Amino acid sequence: MDEFLRILTQSLAEIIAPTTAAFAIAAIGLNLHFGYTGLLNMGQAGFMLLGAYGFGIATIAGFPFYLALLVALAAGLLFALILGIPTLQLRGDYLAIVTISAAEIIRWIGRSTWLQEWTGGASGLQGRNYKGTFQDLSPLPDGRTVIGPLEYINTGSDSWWTRIFAWGLVALALLFVWLITRSPWGRVLKGIREDEDAVRALGKNVYSYKLQSLMLGGMLGALGGVVYVLPLTIAPDAMGRTMTFFTWTVLLLGGAATVFGPVLGAMVFFGAYMLMRTGMRALAENTGVGDIITTTNVEQIGGMLVGITLMLLVIFRPQGILGNKKELAFDVR
Amino acid sequence: MTTDRPTRGVVLRRTVAALAIALAPTVLATPPAQASPGADVAAHTHSAADTGTSTSTDIATDCQPDDATACVAVVVLNDAGDRIPDAEVTIAGPGGFEETVTTTAEGPVSVAVPEVGRYAVTIDPATLPEDEPLPAGAATELSVTAQTGGTGRAAFRVGGEAAPTESPTADATTAAPGGDDGADTGTGTTTEGGEVATAPEGDASERAFSWAQVWQQFGSGIRFGLLLALASIGLNLVFGTTGMSNFAHGEQFALGAALGFIAINQMGLSIWVGGLLTIAVCALTGLAQDAAIWRPLRRRGTPVMQLMIVSIGLSITLQYVIQLMIGGGSERILSNNPQPLNILGITLSTASWISMAVALVCLVGFALFLTRTRLGRATRAVSDNPALASATGIDPDKVVRTVWILATAFAALAGLMWGISFGSFNWQLGVQLLLLMFAAVTLGGLGTAFGALVGSILIGLVVELSNLVIQSDLRYASALVILILVLLIRPQGILGRRERIG
Repeated sequence: MDEFLRILTQSLAEIIAPTTAAFAIAAIGLNLHFGYTGLLNMGQAGFMLLGAYGFGIATIAGFPFYLALLVALAAGLLFALILGIPTLQLRGDYLAIVTISAAEIIRWIGRSTWLQEWTGGASGLQGRNYKGTFQDLSPLPDGRTVIGPLEYINTGSDSWWTRIFAWGLVALALLFVWLITRSPWGRVLKGIREDEDAVRALGKNVYSYKLQSLMLGGMLGALGGVVYVLPLTIAPDAMGRTMTFFTWTVLLLGGAATVFGPVLGAMVFFGAYMLMRTGMRALAENTGVGDIITTTNVEQIGGMLVGITLMLLVIFRPQGILGNKKELAFDVR
Repeated sequence: MTTDRPTRGVVLRRTVAALAIALAPTVLATPPAQASPGADVAAHTHSAADTGTSTSTDIATDCQPDDATACVAVVVLNDAGDRIPDAEVTIAGPGGFEETVTTTAEGPVSVAVPEVGRYAVTIDPATLPEDEPLPAGAATELSVTAQTGGTGRAAFRVGGEAAPTESPTADATTAAPGGDDGADTGTGTTTEGGEVATAPEGDASERAFSWAQVWQQFGSGIRFGLLLALASIGLNLVFGTTGMSNFAHGEQFALGAALGFIAINQMGLSIWVGGLLTIAVCALTGLAQDAAIWRPLRRRGTPVMQLMIVSIGLSITLQYVIQLMIGGGSERILSNNPQPLNILGITLSTASWISMAVALVCLVGFALFLTRTRLGRATRAVSDNPALASATGIDPDKVVRTVWILATAFAALAGLMWGISFGSFNWQLGVQLLLLMFAAVTLGGLGTAFGALVGSILIGLVVELSNLVIQSDLRYASALVILILVLLIRPQGILGRRERIG
């Protein structure tokens, strides 16, 4: 019973974890790309990693917190421009191929010895080197706070302050997306998703709108990357292809083209993912299941189930939990 | 759709392309930074780091291994054999586990780790005493295997002039049982120069430039290109006939290598029997995929965009299946040392030459199939215009089924031969190759069978020759930079037609 409670508490903690918020922000950005504009961005982890590097390197160079945050956003913006200019005039799958490749290039460059001086190579940047300015901002008093079954220190890496900041940014991102998607600008985006030629016939510059959407979503991705590394370290290998695919699963689970879909998706996905892994691990350790599934296999089986979930979602419920199926019947162009 | 594009955009695109080309030589001419061989030997086992969030675990330093506990111990020694205190070492591994410890002068610092598996042990060179730095070129990261009831030990040697570059991981192998990378990289691969896909020991960029070296890399490039072509032709055929970019194709390639490893290395079958069995099983996965997933989805008229996301889900699934089958470490299909064979001044292993011959025969056979046989012509017809093809009595479902079987079988063959001729591979082989395949087919022309061949050979040459000027851990990136440049200048690829891209 204690074990069961511990597993439940861990899953509950995961629902409000800063990393969940980070994925929610990245998925909100991806929602702008995919849900509203119909762009297949398969490199959201590249935006996140660039944002994290931008923030970390700028902070280590002595920038104050908000300036470092701006550097991270600028990195996302620039990456979107570099990727978008050549590909957004082509058919949609070119963007997919180029973004997935570019995200990997960023990761390879990050972990190579070439720029090790700044990026820290394969071992990345240690958290203590860049977290100082963020933790200095904390208005919370010293000490620990217990809310229900959850207990964290007030200020630090894995703290209440990180959580408050992360979910505050999620709320801001939601407000931003809600406002821009119900503006005339947002309606043009949806029009592009449904029928690009019709929008062109109305005299809108489709290419420019797509580029703006890619830039805004990319900046949200970079912001998600910053939030992701605030409680952790900047490790290029933790922010690879798997991260992009998790973001996609989060978005499609919650419901693309809805405002709250990405947030709900992130909470449900990471809560369930943690429940499944800790549950399997507990089963493997304490019962006869351990003879078949060892604890090392739990991660692998967990990953497999994520892949299968993504496939089943797209096949049977492409609109996710909150979405409208009619809005997701579009095709790549 | 392409007629009313803003000309300003085209001008902008051209300008950016010109700028990029102008800047490319400066990037290439950047002198290679101090390469550290072995620095990422351990890092490709980062299965855990890749899986995302971390679990919090109580960590006890100074751990005593017992039946339920696995430990990782770290020690930093100078060349007199004395222990260096106060160096910071980070241990990272499965489940997002990460812990930083500080060494002591009394003895090794050990940490209890939550799971058995491979851990990357990384030293922070800045925390070492100034008079005893890490030798130039020495690895800052070692890989150890933690098992319950035992301690995985990692030892860093500091100080001294002579860099132990020959066997950077040898220090770490004291308690790392079972096929450590250190054992892999010592065996004969250095004769081939930049051979092992995942281990940069034979880094050509460290050596002095010579034309013999260029010729040697050219040979390696042709080998790379032929194997890549074998794999990417399937990707291109699937795209041509169904319009879908199959993101799971890389995993089909890795599946060939993984099943080959199981059949030949673990089950002890001969290469030919095990290889044929592997290819047969992989071809069956192609047939099964088409029957179970792709055909029903095509019948439902699912948009191509959704098919692509399904293929991504499939690739995640397969990637972890492969990890379950072969584990997180680097594996070799043939455990004996490769026999070098010199032809025309290019030294490659005998297995590599045989692989190249097999690939060439398959490619020629495939070209004959496409141009001379009824089914091959039908395939090209469906690629060109599915509606017209079915109107002339061709059954597109049959053609697509054949294409799936051929694509997966060729991918498996290429993966198998890759595993045999390139030394070690790991479960991440699929994603690395998928990106290169995308680069190859885009360069050659998306959807054209012969474009895949041309593009693959070029990408193979670029990857291996770029090894001469940039560090080997960035050589795949050079191929992907080419991909982006191609899209800027000639998005339809070398052999593609203009209308395919709109």
